[in-house]
Amino acid sequence: MIARVVNYIGNPANSKQLKRLGYIALAIVVIADFFVERHHAHYIWDKIPGWGAFYGFVSCVAIILVSKFIGHQGGVMKKEDYYD
Amino acid sequence: MTEWFHPAVIFIAGAFLVPFLRGKAQQAYILLLPALAIFAVYRMTAGDYWTCSFLGNQLVFGHVDKLSVVFAWVFTIAAFIGMVYALHIKDSGQHTAAFLYIGGSLGVTFAGDYFSLFVFWELMAFASAFLVFASRNAQAIAAGFRYLLVHIFGGVCLLGGIVLHVVETGSIAVGPLPQDGSLAFYLILVGFILNAAVPPLHAWLTDAYPEGTVTGAVFMSAFTTKTAVYVLVRVFPGTELLVWLGTIMALYGVVYAVLENDARRLLAYHIISQVGYMVAGVGVGTALSLNGSVSHAFAHILYKGLLFMGAGAVIMMTGKRKLTELGGLYQTMPITLCLYMVGGFAISAFPLFSGFVTKSMVVSGAAADHRPAVALLLTMASAGTFLHTGLKLPYYMFFGKDSGLRAKEPPLNMLIAMGLAAFLCIGIGVLPGPLYDLLPFSAEYHPYTGDHVTSALGILLFTGLGFFMLLKKLDPEPTVSADTDWFYRKGAKAFMWFANKPLAAYENYLTNIYNRWFGAGFMKIADFSSRIFDRHVVDGLVNGVAGFFMGLSGSLRRVQNGLVRSYAFVMLVGSMALIAFYLIAYQM
Repeated sequence: MIARVVNYIGNPANSKQLKRLGYIALAIVVIADFFVERHHAHYIWDKIPGWGAFYGFVSCVAIILVSKFIGHQGGVMKKEDYYD
Repeated sequence: MTEWFHPAVIFIAGAFLVPFLRGKAQQAYILLLPALAIFAVYRMTAGDYWTCSFLGNQLVFGHVDKLSVVFAWVFTIAAFIGMVYALHIKDSGQHTAAFLYIGGSLGVTFAGDYFSLFVFWELMAFASAFLVFASRNAQAIAAGFRYLLVHIFGGVCLLGGIVLHVVETGSIAVGPLPQDGSLAFYLILVGFILNAAVPPLHAWLTDAYPEGTVTGAVFMSAFTTKTAVYVLVRVFPGTELLVWLGTIMALYGVVYAVLENDARRLLAYHIISQVGYMVAGVGVGTALSLNGSVSHAFAHILYKGLLFMGAGAVIMMTGKRKLTELGGLYQTMPITLCLYMVGGFAISAFPLFSGFVTKSMVVSGAAADHRPAVALLLTMASAGTFLHTGLKLPYYMFFGKDSGLRAKEPPLNMLIAMGLAAFLCIGIGVLPGPLYDLLPFSAEYHPYTGDHVTSALGILLFTGLGFFMLLKKLDPEPTVSADTDWFYRKGAKAFMWFANKPLAAYENYLTNIYNRWFGAGFMKIADFSSRIFDRHVVDGLVNGVAGFFMGLSGSLRRVQNGLVRSYAFVMLVGSMALIAFYLIAYQM
C-alpha cells in the first residue's frame, strides 16, 4: 500500500494530477481561514483572513533568496576541498 | 535507598558489561538497560535522593521534580529507540560510549548541585566524542578532536563560573541564578549555551554530527543540546538575552540549511534552528513559554531522532551523503521515505503531528508576552523548517533527478526504531494531553483552535507553493559553507603555517647570528682560556686547593680516632661555640 502511494507520487506521469490536487488544497486552506473564529488573536495580523498563507509564501521566498544571496555574494559557500 | 534508583547508574555501570557480551546476549542486554531506566523513571516521586556530604558541601545526585522527570522520560525513551536502531551494530565500543553518554545526560538531569552536574557534563562530552571517532576515517577523527576541544573550552567556562558562584554565594545548589550580570553568571551561561549550540558557539554541532556513525549521530541529535536546554530552563529562566539569541538561532539554522548539501549537516542546522525556539522560550520565561520549551524539547528529541534515522538509513544503504549524489530512491525505499516524512511533518508542526502542539506553545508564549517581532520571526523560521526538512531534503534524496541508485530498505531493527519514533510523533500530535500533564509549570494551553489550524496550514502549504515555484534556485550545490568554525579551522592552519614558515625562518636567522657573532666570539674566548687561563690559573688553583685539603685531612685524621666520646665532645664544643656566637652577635 505504502509503496503504491509513494510510486504514484513519484511517477512523473502523475505530476499534472498532483499539481491540481495541490492547488485545490491551497484554495481550501485559504477559504477555510475566512470561516474560523478568532478569539485568541493577539495582534492585528492574526485577525486578517489568509494572513498565514500570505506570510508563509513571503517567508519561503525571502528565506530562499536571502540565503542564496548570502551564500553566493557573501562568500559563505566554498569549494568542497576548502578545509583540506 | 529502595524508593529511588538513579537511571544514570543503570547506564554508566551497565556500560562496562557490554564488551563482555556477544551476539544475541549483547542485543538483549542493550535493550534491557534502557527498558530498566524507563521503569526507574516511571516509579519516581518528587524529592531529593542520594545526597552526601563532600568537602563541606552537600552533593545531591537525585533532585527529582516535574522538570527533571519530563526530561528523564524523553531521554530514556530516546535511549531505547536509539538502541533498537543500533541493534545490528557489532561494535561494542559504540554501545559503551552511547551508554556512558546517556548516563551523563541523565546525571546532569538529576544533579541538584553544580559539582556533580559538572562531572556528568564532562562525561557527556568525552563519551559522545567517541561516537564521532567510531566512524574511523581521517575526516571524522579531525572533527571529533575539534568537537572535544570546543567542549573542553565550554567546560572550563562552566567550571570557572561555578567556582566563582560558589565563592560568592557559598551555595552549590542548582537553581535560578540572580540576574546580576556578574562574571559567574556569564561564565555559566556561556558554558550552557555552548552546549545548546547558540551562535556563534554552535559550529561544533554542524561540524561533528554529520561525521558521527549512522547510529551514533541519532544519539547525539537527542542528548547534548536538549540537556543544555534543560539546565537553561532550570538556571536561566527569563534571561532577556536568550530571547534574542534564540530568535537569531532559529533563523540562522534555516539560512545555512538552504546552502547545505550534506544531508545530515542540513538536519544538524535544523537542530540549531529548533533549539532556537527552546532558548527563546527560556528567555521569555513565562509559565506558558517555559512549558513550550520543555514540551518542544520532548517532541524535538523524537522527531529529530526520526529524521536522523531516516537520513542515516539512506547514507548506510547508498554510501552517499550529499544531496547532489542522491535522488530517485522512492522506488526502492518507500517505507523509509514514509517514516522520514512523519518526522518531516512533525518538525514542520503540521496539525496532528507533535511539533504542532509544542512549537506553537513557544510562539504563543512570546505573543502573549507582547513580543510581536519574536513571534513573527519564529513563525518565519517554521516556514523555513518545512521548506528544508519537509520538502528540500526528501525531494532531493528520494525524488528529484534519478541518481540511478537502487538501494534496499535498511535492516528491520532500523525500520522498527523509526516506526516507534513515528508512532510517538503522531501520538503526541493527536493526543497531547499526556505530554501536557508531564509539563512542570501550570499554564492552560489549547493547540487545536480553528484559526490556529488554518493559519498553520496556510503557512505550510504556501511555503510548499514557494518551494515548487523556486525549485530551480534550490538545487543543491556541491559546496561547503564557511561557518564560525572557520576561525579555529583556518586559524589553526594559519598558526601552523606561522610556526612552520615565519617563526622557523626567524629562529633559523637568530641561530645564524648567534653562531656567527656570539658563537665565534665565545670560541675565541674559550680557546684563550683553555690555553692560558685554564692551564695556569685554574690548574694552579685546583692544585693549590687540593694541596690544602690534603694537608687539612692529614691533620683531621688525627682527630677522627673513631671514639664516640671524642666526636661528642667536638660536637658539644662546636654547638656551644655557635650558640655563644649567635647570642653575642644578636645582643649587640
